[in-house]
Parts: sequence; C-alpha cells; structure tokens
Amino acid sequence: MNKVIKNKEEALIGIQDNMTIMLGGFGLCGIPENSISQLAKMGVTGLTCISNNAGVDDFGLGLLLQRKQIKKMISSYVGENDEFERQMLSGELEVDLIPQGSLAERCRAGGAGIPAFYTPAGYGTEISRNKEVREYNGKPHILETALTADFAIVKAWKGDSSGNLIYKATARNFNPMMAMAGKITIAEVEELVPAGELNPNEIHTPGIFVQRIFQGEKFEKRIEQLTTRSK
Amino acid sequence: MSLDKIGIAKRIAQELRDGWYVNLGIGIPTLVANYIPPGIEVEFQSENGILGMGPFPFEGEEDADLINAGKQTITAREGAVYFDSATSFAMIRGQHVQLTVLGAMEVSQDGDIANWKIPGKMVKGMGGAMDLVASADNIIVAMMHTNKAGISKLLKKCTLPLTGVNCVKKIVTNLAVIDIKENKFHLKERAPGISVQEIKNATAGELIIPETVPEMNI
Repeated sequence: MNKVIKNKEEALIGIQDNMTIMLGGFGLCGIPENSISQLAKMGVTGLTCISNNAGVDDFGLGLLLQRKQIKKMISSYVGENDEFERQMLSGELEVDLIPQGSLAERCRAGGAGIPAFYTPAGYGTEISRNKEVREYNGKPHILETALTADFAIVKAWKGDSSGNLIYKATARNFNPMMAMAGKITIAEVEELVPAGELNPNEIHTPGIFVQRIFQGEKFEKRIEQLTTRSK
Repeated sequence: MSLDKIGIAKRIAQELRDGWYVNLGIGIPTLVANYIPPGIEVEFQSENGILGMGPFPFEGEEDADLINAGKQTITAREGAVYFDSATSFAMIRGQHVQLTVLGAMEVSQDGDIANWKIPGKMVKGMGGAMDLVASADNIIVAMMHTNKAGISKLLKKCTLPLTGVNCVKKIVTNLAVIDIKENKFHLKERAPGISVQEIKNATAGELIIPETVPEMNI
C-alpha cells in the first residue's frame, strides 16, 4: 500500500480550524517540526493540541502559540515557554495538565480500543477531582479515559512507503502511541525508503497505524539543554 | 556544617543497592549518579525513554535525539535500551524500578509530597512526578530542609497542591536523614556538626528523636 505524499503541504490537507491534533515529541526531541511550521503557515486556529510539552517560544508548538492558533493544550509539562505561561495566566489558553504516564497510556488506550483504565497516578491530588476512584489490591486508583484525535502527527527516523516507522533513540517517546490514536496519522520522516527496505524485525510502528507519510525537507533538531563535559 | 547539594547526593548514593534500576529526578537527584558506591552496579532510567543512561556527552558529540527527562543531552551506556513513553511508565507503574529520587517543595509527616505547582505563581506541570510517586515503593526526597525564606519544608500538612499522598519514606536534606513512619518524621542521622536542636527548629512537623542520633558518614 503506497502512502507516500509528496510534501508537507499535501500531507496536511484536511486539517481545519477547531480540530484536535496529537503531536509527538518530548521537549523538542522527536517533534514533527516540518509539519508544525506548515500548520503555522496554514493559519488554522482554535486547535486543541495534545502534546507532552508546548515547545519553546520560537520553536515547536511555540510557533503556533505565538500566532494564537491553539485554543487548548493537553500536556504534562509546559515549563519552558513564557508565551504559554502568559496566555494561560490571562485565560486566553485553556490548559489541561495530566501526568505524563497517564497521557501516554490515554493515547495508547485510544489507539487500542480501550475506553478507560484505572491508574494510581494523581490519586489524592487536584487532578483526581470529579474522577471515579476505585480500590484495587488495597490501593486507590482513578479512572482515566482514552484520548483520540482528528489527526496525529508523528516524527520518525526512517519510514517506508507502507508507513512502517523506526524511531531513533529518545526521539521515540510519545510518537508510537499517538500514531495509534489518530483518526488520520501523518508521519514525517528523515529518510523515506521503498517498502521492503526496512527489516521487519526492527520496525517500531506498523504501517497500519499510518495513513500518510512524507520525507521532511529539513530537520533543525534544536537542542533545549545542551550539556557536555570536556575531554 | 550543613551539607551542600553534592553532600546530599553523596548521602543518597549510599542507599543504592547492587542490581537496582533507579529513576533520578531533575536537580539534586541527578547528581546522585556521580557517587555510586564502588562495587555495585545500578542502571538509571529516564522516563522519556532510556534505560542505561550514561554521562553527558563530550563537547561536539551531542545528539539532539538523545536526551534525559530534564531535556539535557546525554549518552547511552553499553547495554542501554530505548523505548516509548507508555513502556517507560509501565516500568514505573508496574514497580520494575526499585528506587525513585526526586526533589520537593514540601513534604508532610504523612508522606504527602508537593512539587509541581505554586498557585498563581508557577504552573509548569507535573511531568512524570505523579506517576512516579504514586507507584514507586521506595521514594527518597532530596531537598533543602527549609526554603529560601527559612521556612520549614517538612510540615504537618502540605500547603501547596499535592503531587502524591502517603508515598515518601525517606528524606535527605542539608541537615538530616529523616524517615517517615506512622505519620511522623523520625530523625535518623544528622549532617556533620549539626545539632539535634537545629534540626528540631527547622522541622515544622512532628519529629521523633531517638536517644542517640549518629552523624552522617560521607
């Protein structure tokens, strides 16, 4: 099945105002940066974005925040973005903060056909407000519901024309679960090869979860916290 | 003299045991990796998706695709493995990680912890902290005994929004090692040269003091 799309302009066709979009990545690591810059160019607004973080002021999802394209963020940690904090405190931006593991599992559940699950994370805190509590093995758990999205946009290292994906190092993070949870999943990859060139033993995301795949023009891969030691 | 951050990290490193998988939070906990006692082997998990985290890369050898949960560039040790976020938190929730070390703004004598939000001031999010504290059997908090204004961070009840309830078992501060048992703080060790009275004065919650309180051996 050939899922190859020529470029980012065509890959993102169909994304409209007020849609819910999942975007892979942890910090700036493994984010679909070509697609994000295209979303900024398209100017779609009123978006609900599900992404672990919100980028930095001038890169990643920060670009969409700057242009006020995001109505609501569903994230676990947003501490690296001043514009985000300003919009949140002024009430311009709705924010739903959820524990990182619950966010990952809610995406996985959404893609796996599991409507909800119990987790101990957040019990007794403000995030358990209005959530069903149930004891298992003598320990209280809260009910968390699955997440899905109109579009999921993920970033992989290598992909083939069938949509099979391989990620690199810690750039994998949320991408595999989000790929499962999108009604339409778009993958941008650094290297796109014909079907048959990837070793089936090494594929992380099976192509069944991916509807469109394109090779990104350019990957800046900005580093948030460069830390090194001297030789 | 009260301990500095490195002193706290060194004392916590003494709690490591051979064969453990350990998750270190951002800040003082990260430093623990530098003081693993000789003769034991531990592996560090970072919840963004690596087991077998190594030291920071040499200048010029950094890889944007290889970072820790603090978004710092890192390296992978021999035998390391990468995985997705759902698998990562399966390791954490499923109690496959033997020790979690993290920082805190407040800890209560019930073992409650607050470290993710100051209403109206700071809203960064909880990241993986709520999953970690709700799941781990063995949680050590690394922090200063008092805040910058000199107010105790070891309280009867937390005043800030909670990260988790009834979960902290041990606290290592610049002044003392304290265990939490039966909803009370129990003084176990003092920092070199620090008196029991100084620790008592800096602790707002109920502190049980045994007859003898040894000095930490760092």
